[in-house]
Amino acid sequence: MITAERLSYAYGDRQVVDGVSLTARTGRVLGLIGPNGSGKTTLLRMLYGSLHPTAGRVAVEGRPLASWSRRELARKLAVVVQESGTESTLTVAEQVMLGRLPRLGTFQRTGAADHGIVVDALDRVGATHLAGRPFTALSGGERQRVLIARALAQEGEFLLLDEPTNHLDIRFQHEVLDLVRGVATSALVVLHDLNLAARYCDELVLLDRGRVAAAGTPDEVLDPALLEQVYRINASRAELDGHPQLLFRPLHHARSHA
Amino acid sequence: MAVEALDVATAATPADLARRTAWRSRAWLLGLSGALALSVVAGVSLGAVRIPFDDVLRVIGHHLFLVPEQRSWSAPRDSIIWEVRLPRVLLALLVGAGLATCGMALQGMVRNMLADPFLLGVNSGASTGAAAAILFGISLGLGEHVLPTSAFLGALAASLLVYAIARTGGRVTSVRLLLAGVTVGYALQATTSFLIFASDSAEGARSVMFWLLGSLALAQWGGPLAVVAVVVLVTVLVITATGRQLDALAIGDETALTLGVSPERFRTALLVLVALCIGVLVAASGSIGFVGLVVPHLARRAVGSAHVRALPVAALMGGILLIWADIAARTLLAPQEIPIGIITSLLGAPFLLVLVRRLHASSSV
Repeated sequence: MITAERLSYAYGDRQVVDGVSLTARTGRVLGLIGPNGSGKTTLLRMLYGSLHPTAGRVAVEGRPLASWSRRELARKLAVVVQESGTESTLTVAEQVMLGRLPRLGTFQRTGAADHGIVVDALDRVGATHLAGRPFTALSGGERQRVLIARALAQEGEFLLLDEPTNHLDIRFQHEVLDLVRGVATSALVVLHDLNLAARYCDELVLLDRGRVAAAGTPDEVLDPALLEQVYRINASRAELDGHPQLLFRPLHHARSHA
Repeated sequence: MAVEALDVATAATPADLARRTAWRSRAWLLGLSGALALSVVAGVSLGAVRIPFDDVLRVIGHHLFLVPEQRSWSAPRDSIIWEVRLPRVLLALLVGAGLATCGMALQGMVRNMLADPFLLGVNSGASTGAAAAILFGISLGLGEHVLPTSAFLGALAASLLVYAIARTGGRVTSVRLLLAGVTVGYALQATTSFLIFASDSAEGARSVMFWLLGSLALAQWGGPLAVVAVVVLVTVLVITATGRQLDALAIGDETALTLGVSPERFRTALLVLVALCIGVLVAASGSIGFVGLVVPHLARRAVGSAHVRALPVAALMGGILLIWADIAARTLLAPQEIPIGIITSLLGAPFLLVLVRRLHASSSV
């Protein structure tokens, strides 16, 4: 369980996150949504200890984040960040093996058990056939799979993902989130796409200019009136397979009717 | 290349691949160790006077293991082999290995494949230190060690300065480090040039050239060589042992952090080690360019870019390369000696061109 209590973060005098409290429960997939610049990624980075909040506190499993060592935390939280290392030419298998890093001593060599875990992780994301390829030669969707495999090899209890569907076409967007649902029992995902959030998350937190605008089930949070306030776009809501889905009206259209 | 990778990928399981890469790097290590042993013997044998291989082996065997027990060769020959050439070849080996290792560590930690150990301004610092010592005759009561010592102090001061500048604003990032290194490097080069210009001593200017162009001519048995040996050995071992952390850092700070490696603390620790090592190397041999830039690329091509495997290979390659560069420096214009930095730069520049073309080609795919 990850809890944030009245977290704030400011870049200089610009308040990016402003008193956000949330709880990511074990066994649930929590989606973090909000417009560009609403503080999603900043909030996420505070949750895994990459940024220190200017106010408020984070606790993982009830323990304050500051009391966790980096290695300890890396064994608990596996994070998929938006960073692919353009200069690094590790193979896919080596990339996934890096997931074992927090569990290996400095002078310890990787053993049969580690290799087994890597093989298993690649298998679970369906990337076994990519094992020998240079990571940088993969397509966006393949990279995302491999990074999820690396996170699996970390054997953390919580999976955190920063916009894992960025730059992917629609099929891969669904594949990646389907994968996240399939492999992770507990996850916290930053998402841009509200319909993906509606489809794959158990709970949502909607951020607006650094504050929580709404939190709850997708059904509660994805309210067209609220979305119009936050995103300043007119939405109407439908339902698909029991999940709310949104349709958006073009801006000029809305204006011409106003 | 891509087709080949595809074939391998479809044919083998990850476990097979891991085994195959392990074998491949073992084969490289074995082959390079053999080549290194040969290079050492060749390095002692070749020179202004050529000495047959078996004489070289006999003299070394006699000194190390008393095999053969009796000398069957002249005292001058013994002295050329044991007192003059062998320490020089060993210094070449150590300097090459150290430069290659530090170069690879730096390239990984600043995530720039064009980074070079001298990027930190360390060599410029050493030259400035040496220039100041020569031209002002600073005598610290260190006798013959005054030059290497002031070169070392200059190198250390330069890296401290680079680090301090990179730190302003709180975080030591790759870009800050690169900018600070380049800035300090230029400032110190200017200082050195000014020192030479301001003094009238032609002798002093020539000595400063030693640090600017590099030379292994100062090599001899004794304390300084032992210091170089210990520092290089420790550097290679420690950096190789932290190879996985370096892999993570090479991907990105955020990735390293989420894998349990504190990027800043790790980068700072590496930087201290690299600065110490380069400082010692530059004090012993001047600034020998391109080895630290070029060799890591060769090593990565051979065994892939996982640092645990690539670092020892780079160290061996660096040692071999520098031994042969020194052979060329001693023999091409014999009895005159060419500064070794000129040789390595002549070899390195075309390589860099090829590398840039390749980078360009791969990024346009």
